[in-house]
Amino acid sequence: MSARLRGHAPFAAVAVLLLVVAPLALPAFRLDELAKYLCFAIAALGIGLAWGQGGMLTLGQGVFFGLGGYATAMYLKLHDAGGDLPDFMVWSGVEELPALWRPFGAAGFALAAVVAVPVAVVLGALVFRQRVRGAYFAILTQALAAAFVILLVGQQGLTGGTNGLTNFYDVFGRDPEAEGTQRTLYFVTAGVLGALYLGARQLVRSRFGRLLVAVRDGEDRVRFLGYNPATVKTVTFAVSAGMAGLAGALFVPVVGIISPSLLGVVPSLELVVAVAVGGRYALAGAVLGAIVMNYAKTSFSEQWAGGWLYLEGALFVLVMTLAPRGAAGLYEQARDALARRRGTPAPAARPREAAT
Amino acid sequence: MTSLLNQLPIGLSIGAVLLLTALGLTFTFGQMGVVNMAHGEFLMAGAYTAYLLQDWAGAQAVPVALPVAFLVAGALGWVLERTAIRHFYGRPLDTLLLTWGVSLILQQAARDLFGAPNVQVVAPSWLTGRVGLSGATLPHARLFIMALAVACVVGIWAYLGRSRQGRRMRAVMQNRELAAVSGVATGRVDQLTFFIGSGLAGVAGVALTLVGPVGPSIGTYYIVDAFLVVVAGGLGQLRGAVIAALALGMLNSFAEFWTDASLAKVVVFAVVVAFLQVRPQGLFVLRSRALT
Amino acid sequence: MSDALLEIRGLKVVFDGFTALDGVDLTVGQGELRFLIGPNGAGKTTLIDVVTGLTRPAEGSVRFAGTELTGRREHRIVRLGIGRTFQTSVVFEELTVVENLDLAAGFRRPLPALLRQRRGMSDQVAAALDTIGLGDLADRPAGVLSHGQRQWLEIGMLVAQRPRLLLLDEPVAGMSGDERDRTGELLTEIARDHTVVVVEHDMEFLRRYASQVTVLHEGRVLVEGDVATVQDDPRVQEVYLGRGREEAA
Repeated sequence: MSARLRGHAPFAAVAVLLLVVAPLALPAFRLDELAKYLCFAIAALGIGLAWGQGGMLTLGQGVFFGLGGYATAMYLKLHDAGGDLPDFMVWSGVEELPALWRPFGAAGFALAAVVAVPVAVVLGALVFRQRVRGAYFAILTQALAAAFVILLVGQQGLTGGTNGLTNFYDVFGRDPEAEGTQRTLYFVTAGVLGALYLGARQLVRSRFGRLLVAVRDGEDRVRFLGYNPATVKTVTFAVSAGMAGLAGALFVPVVGIISPSLLGVVPSLELVVAVAVGGRYALAGAVLGAIVMNYAKTSFSEQWAGGWLYLEGALFVLVMTLAPRGAAGLYEQARDALARRRGTPAPAARPREAAT
Repeated sequence: MTSLLNQLPIGLSIGAVLLLTALGLTFTFGQMGVVNMAHGEFLMAGAYTAYLLQDWAGAQAVPVALPVAFLVAGALGWVLERTAIRHFYGRPLDTLLLTWGVSLILQQAARDLFGAPNVQVVAPSWLTGRVGLSGATLPHARLFIMALAVACVVGIWAYLGRSRQGRRMRAVMQNRELAAVSGVATGRVDQLTFFIGSGLAGVAGVALTLVGPVGPSIGTYYIVDAFLVVVAGGLGQLRGAVIAALALGMLNSFAEFWTDASLAKVVVFAVVVAFLQVRPQGLFVLRSRALT
Repeated sequence: MSDALLEIRGLKVVFDGFTALDGVDLTVGQGELRFLIGPNGAGKTTLIDVVTGLTRPAEGSVRFAGTELTGRREHRIVRLGIGRTFQTSVVFEELTVVENLDLAAGFRRPLPALLRQRRGMSDQVAAALDTIGLGDLADRPAGVLSHGQRQWLEIGMLVAQRPRLLLLDEPVAGMSGDERDRTGELLTEIARDHTVVVVEHDMEFLRRYASQVTVLHEGRVLVEGDVATVQDDPRVQEVYLGRGREEAA
């Protein structure tokens, strides 16, 4: 088997698993759950890119997820209302459609993913140009997530407050509760994830990807190679925000709700946890980490709600202490050890990005 | 006008709480490069200490709890430093995530120990009144918090400037390697810094019981703003932390007055980002020629 | 002077009240190999920091091929054609030797070209790799290189950048004897078709490879001239007294 083919084999296996096996084997509601995890995986992919490859620990991906989600939800709400005010606005005593909502009536879905990008570009440009980085950047993104949620909760009439936006009756001309719709949405989500994964992998392998790693490991040195690290970081941050936005946009029709509790400091951090557990330096690690962690969260919480927090906390402490490169790192180690035992010399100090 | 004037003491007291929370952070962050997300839970530990002491000290629980909470939170911090954080020096982002894991565990532990609903700490009667102040009125409790913050700042300032341990701490903060080869036991200095920094969070937690109820997630409300104070003030800078905390406290309270509570946070965030355009490393910076 | 590539006039740099450079004038001609020496704290590194945009001067001007450099951002200055190395070499450990060189050679590429994967080696990269003699290690991560090899890789990256002016900050610091010889040869080779400024402490290295020397002392230019003139100058001997004897021994 050629190296090129071998590189594609795991991807093909996962694709078959997600597109053929899962839809056949899982009952409808489980498939719907899986679609939800895939949405988180899309956001996690963006984090893998920004954090693992670019060294930007973004603790505010919930904001971009939320921007995409709310944009879609606003479109669906307006569509349901059919020219009238959305239901929750009537309950909140709003009498006229707020100006902020107007654009989402028409172009709705197209706007959804895009709306996160300019926000990330502006924030990234301001912050990276001034060489604010590392923990400072992490803290700022976290503060953004906190402020965003407080804003959403406070602007009841505009955003539906704590309850968020929910009760959609018509998703692109279909009944959102129908099994067929759910199935279609699942395939769309899986397809988007696959396409974005391939795109991200191409980006990592490209010259831009090499440059990104260089910026991560020596931003100041990169400047003396004639590149502006601020541009590289802003572009990457925007791509990552775009992925989170798209994830949010898909999440709304799949799950049927978007609310502040899905976007705040904690959910944003949980996405990062998933990436860390899966392996931050490997894009596939980020994706699988998000799926597995969210699956674990759902099934564990069904048994013992409080226990999940202990487990998540402990898992995180263990991963950071014992395996900072996550499951993907452990897998590579095991593979190298196996190769050594077979007598073929392991490629020494192989760049970690090589594993995808 | 009176209501606008009222914002001033409110802003000052928000600033005082932020300052108490940020004081510990700015030193652990500044000296050790540790972003301690569990700091908020040390705050919570301090608040629950006051709650528990009510059984014993009754209405005087708050003043009694101040030194006890300092020790309790300080001990928690010390244990965290010894068992986990010391293996992570030089990896600030990893400590951030590590300590967040710890913070999750501590929050859930509080939920299991004290229950999920908020609890109330009764303030002593001498802290429940209000004083008139040129048209505005000021609750005693807020006045007390401000005094507490002033006392802590003066204490830290004296400690850093006057004591041998404090000088060692500043030495490690400015140049760890040089301090180490000059015979400073940096590990011990780190332990002490972490103890004191976490202890201050405990004190802040006790102060918080005067302005609101206590719950398992009380720390999360303050930790983010406290980190903003550290970022805006400059790492390990006492002056910076004081000015930034008061400025952010005031900004919060006036932004709430002019807009509303939910927009105020966004305003604060925007102001901090704008401020970093002018001073990317915060108000005060330790200068060095090294290319980082 | 019509063939001056770098013209520094009246340069003054102040760090928190300490004057690191005080009215420095320096002209480096096209194609020249210039050594910059001086005791610790003389301001040698500060001088290249100013030229490359890392430090802002309080006064004075730095003109490169007629363009004023002060106030420009670092990467802009690189794009004008100035490259530098650092005392502690910084290469990207996770990238291979070729990837490091390719990155250095690539800043003129438009963004869309960056999105493609690298296939093979460009002539520029191949030439740089050949110059520094690390061909055997081309596809190894830079993290496995020895100290000397890293310095060479850095010089190679500099060459791959195709700058008009190269600034080397103590290229032989911490190198073994053999590595020094190798670096000296490399330097001579590069200087054939580049303008090079070398900051160096090592007097032995200076004597072997330098022609034109500028001596800095306490932020000012003390003496300028060829190696023999500079060495015989009583002021230079005084400045280096003690230090100079030790190093000459």
